[in-house]
Amino acid sequence: MRPRALAALLLPAYAFLYLPLAFMLVFSFNDSRLLTAWTGFSFRWYVALWNNGPLLEAALLSLGIAAMAASLATLTGTALGYVLARGGAFRGRTGFAALLAAPLVLPDVIIGLSLLLLFVASQALIGLPAARGAGTITLAHASFGMAYVAVSVRARLTDAGTELEEAAADLGAPPFAVFRRVTLPLMAPAVASGWLLAFTLSLDDVVVASFVGGPGATTLPMRLFSAAKLGVTPEFYALASIVMLLVALALGGAWLLRRAFPLRPVAARAGVE
Amino acid sequence: MTPRRLLLALCWAWLALVVALPLGIVLVLAFARAAPGLPPFELAFSGGNFSLLVADGFYLRAFVRSLGIAALATMLCLLLGYPLAYGLSRAPAAWRGALLTAVMLPFWTGFLLRVSAWIGLLREDGWINAALGALGVPGAPFPLLYSELALQLGLVHVYLPFLVLPLYARLSAREVALEEAASDLGAGKWTVFRRVTLPLSLPGVAAGSALVFIPVCGEYVVPELLGGPGAETLGRVLWAEFFANRDWPMAAALAVAMLFVLLLPLALWRWRAGREMAG
Repeated sequence: MRPRALAALLLPAYAFLYLPLAFMLVFSFNDSRLLTAWTGFSFRWYVALWNNGPLLEAALLSLGIAAMAASLATLTGTALGYVLARGGAFRGRTGFAALLAAPLVLPDVIIGLSLLLLFVASQALIGLPAARGAGTITLAHASFGMAYVAVSVRARLTDAGTELEEAAADLGAPPFAVFRRVTLPLMAPAVASGWLLAFTLSLDDVVVASFVGGPGATTLPMRLFSAAKLGVTPEFYALASIVMLLVALALGGAWLLRRAFPLRPVAARAGVE
Repeated sequence: MTPRRLLLALCWAWLALVVALPLGIVLVLAFARAAPGLPPFELAFSGGNFSLLVADGFYLRAFVRSLGIAALATMLCLLLGYPLAYGLSRAPAAWRGALLTAVMLPFWTGFLLRVSAWIGLLREDGWINAALGALGVPGAPFPLLYSELALQLGLVHVYLPFLVLPLYARLSAREVALEEAASDLGAGKWTVFRRVTLPLSLPGVAAGSALVFIPVCGEYVVPELLGGPGAETLGRVLWAEFFANRDWPMAAALAVAMLFVLLLPLALWRWRAGREMAG
């Protein structure tokens, strides 16, 4: 395809996606509360952000919840994705896959409501969880994050095929050694990107946390949401610019890693072509 | 018990606990009655919530409104996302990784922050109105925020990647041989696209559209921040029943009705597609 035609296809969407981001980046450095006119370059909104105690507290809480939830989601999601890709045929496989896909398509309000009701019922029956707060938010985020991890792991294992594992078994490796030495390294990149996805989804969630959380736990998205209802300040844009920088660094790093360790050379190193 | 059976049993138990059981409780609660207390309901077996859903015009209007908003957002996402996904799939292989990463970057940059960018752009003292005023457009500033336009801009910005990724996956798995055969047999570029590429990409279009349409019907945050009071999506109605009215059973009944309306067609379509593939 000619470059001109390609640009015509790609540019409108990229312009639409990036225009608001560029706007935030520019106005985060504006020396005025107004979002209309440029009055001068300033770091004052970054300073204001740094001095905003409640917001920083919420950010720390959210990072902790996201890290815990992503790790739990990775543990369960990896097992679920592995079972779907390598478990062979088992009874109820369609139902299993449907249950696993449910958190991907269900609207947030339904996920939030249903998990809250689970916590309420379990509290009434066995007394746990004793209170709703950061703990219940973590569990809820893990339960939808796992679906995304599972999709990622399953896709990677299906793409990779079973030849490497078969070769290892033919060469006399016992099943657990095959898993540890072949399957695990094969799915490692998918596990890592699944963890990151679950982490981001947790950091992005307002609705589920509002349902299952308690009065003591206000996450960063919850705080941003209630602040945005009152009005957006350039402080938001300072935060957005920092997040964009971190995301760009992480994505760039991941891209370099993928270039350094693509799927094919793994097969080549193992001597399978 | 072999390790494989143990793993399978554990996976089943976990899925049942965190997915099936909660949805089951929602179904039970949909037949309960609201009552003062903590939690604010008493178990019953009454269809009252559902008859109210059907009888009260408010809920029906919210259903119709939600489906309309979601259909428009899906169409706009397709208009912008199909050329993007197609262009991505035909871009030189060396650029593709970077171009895809560039689609994902906004997605990873928290959606609340992106919605807040639209608030700043669209509000009456915002940048777009300032630009229009500076250009001398009569009538500026316009009330752009809290409108259908603002809602759709925000929704498309948030949901575009969900449509583009499955569509791109489908378009790059295209059957090159079929396209080459078509052009060898004398079909023009447009004919190849219309008769070969487009039909082959339809499963991707369907998958991507479902990933936009269903969550948008239940969306709460974007309509709350960008849409006016008229943007009553089902997500907002459910939220209001739960938090403002403290009517948990009614919220549960709404959830069940949503599942029924949104997921049943999807399940039927998947089942038919599965049968067609099998037979």
